[in-house]
Amino acid sequence: MKLLTCPINGTRPLQEFTWGGEYRVMPDPDQVSDEEWADYVFNRNGAPGIKKEWWHHTASGIWFIAERDTERDVVLRTYLYSGKDE
Amino acid sequence: MPLRLLRFALSRRHPEPRMFTERDKLGKTYDVVIIGGGGHGLAAAYYLAKNHGITNVCVLEKNYLGGGNTGRNTTIVRSNYLTPEGVAFYDRSLKLFEDLSQDFDLNLFYSTRGHFTLAHTDSAMRTMRWRAEVNKHLGIESEVVGRDFIKRMVPEMDLECSGHSPIQGALYHKPGAVARHDAVAWGYGRGADMRGVEIFQKTEVTGIDVENGKVKGVGTSRGYISTRKVLCAVAGSTPRITKMVGIRTPIVIQPLQACVTEPIKPWLDTIIVSGSLHVYVSQSDRGELVMGASVDPYEIHSTRSTLDFTEGLCAHMLDMFPFLSNTKVNRQWAGMADMTPDFAPIMGKTPIEGFYIDAGWGTWGFKATPVSGETMSHTVANDVDHELIHTFRLSRFKELDLTGEKGAASVGH
Repeated sequence: MKLLTCPINGTRPLQEFTWGGEYRVMPDPDQVSDEEWADYVFNRNGAPGIKKEWWHHTASGIWFIAERDTERDVVLRTYLYSGKDE
Repeated sequence: MPLRLLRFALSRRHPEPRMFTERDKLGKTYDVVIIGGGGHGLAAAYYLAKNHGITNVCVLEKNYLGGGNTGRNTTIVRSNYLTPEGVAFYDRSLKLFEDLSQDFDLNLFYSTRGHFTLAHTDSAMRTMRWRAEVNKHLGIESEVVGRDFIKRMVPEMDLECSGHSPIQGALYHKPGAVARHDAVAWGYGRGADMRGVEIFQKTEVTGIDVENGKVKGVGTSRGYISTRKVLCAVAGSTPRITKMVGIRTPIVIQPLQACVTEPIKPWLDTIIVSGSLHVYVSQSDRGELVMGASVDPYEIHSTRSTLDFTEGLCAHMLDMFPFLSNTKVNRQWAGMADMTPDFAPIMGKTPIEGFYIDAGWGTWGFKATPVSGETMSHTVANDVDHELIHTFRLSRFKELDLTGEKGAASVGH
């Protein structure tokens, strides 16, 4: 069984979690062109690597960040979002 | 012992022609370089040579021919899609498939089975009626059928599905078929090879040389190639290649798993798909049940398999076919599906002159092999998007003109 560690609830089976995609900084929609906005909405960094991702612990509703190697599927660390764009 | 066997034992070189020429030396310059020796890349090479007379072409494959998603899918061919553009495109592919064995002089075991998409709810039945009407309007053999018809065609199925999700009806697509998938790659490879295309296996692309927005060459593990045209047909490796030229796409890689059972006596001569139960299944000529489900729920760039997948799939298989409870799963594998937000491929020209893309094939690529080869070769030869793929262009995202092809994947939405 694959496990993931929620910063609040501890180590739980992966089935309890939902993947939220890569962490990205949202541009101000009033400040960017339509093309830049479409780039933010649709385009993704699809290449393999160590990525910072959103994960959701479905049972308790906790959203947090996981750093994961997408090639080996190994989670390096998990922590709560600080509230500041990094 | 037949005498011809002796020739194989005593000859220093293989005495019969191989499927393709094994070449030692990469050329210095080609008119077109195709990255990816799967069905799509080889089909494009074949039609470039056959339809457009362009034969100074090389195909570069990092691994072995047809070893990626071409050899990992569940071999289903159908054209009962939802949008008029999707239907026209996949129907052209199905027509090409039907004549392909003749074209190649190679048996693809193309077998027309009839394809059922089961509906377990009222809302699923509504979608089936919608798809059937779109299909019929566009001349595709596709109709909504009731429980009696399903019972007659697939008597082994428990229409109540153990009582908790009874089948109400189905979308029935008579031309739905299966084919031997690796033979499709080999057939295109041999046809291209015979016409002068050079195929290199175990050859990895390390970089793409772009100057002033134009392709100049390709760096490979066997040396540098000068070329002005590159076609990228690498499915799950697409983001690695587009990163080399600095193009952004919406593609996210998610593994799609599949498995086969041990061979059993033939009993299933149709293709069964259930969106609600997340299962598709057909029986191969060897008697194995070939089964698949939806993509794994997060991004992974490898082809690992999981027990979760087999457990979930088998539970749903037993809902439909309880008598299989003693049948064993023999093999399991995964492919890297290049998913797009609108379940449609990304094909054609890109902002880089001379760099063409054939990607975003997610879970629906095998059935499109012939038509993607045909349309991409036209696009590369003329430097103009073929009319059938205009709707799949990369720029549709920035133009907010997505396709809405929800009928694309059989399961998962």
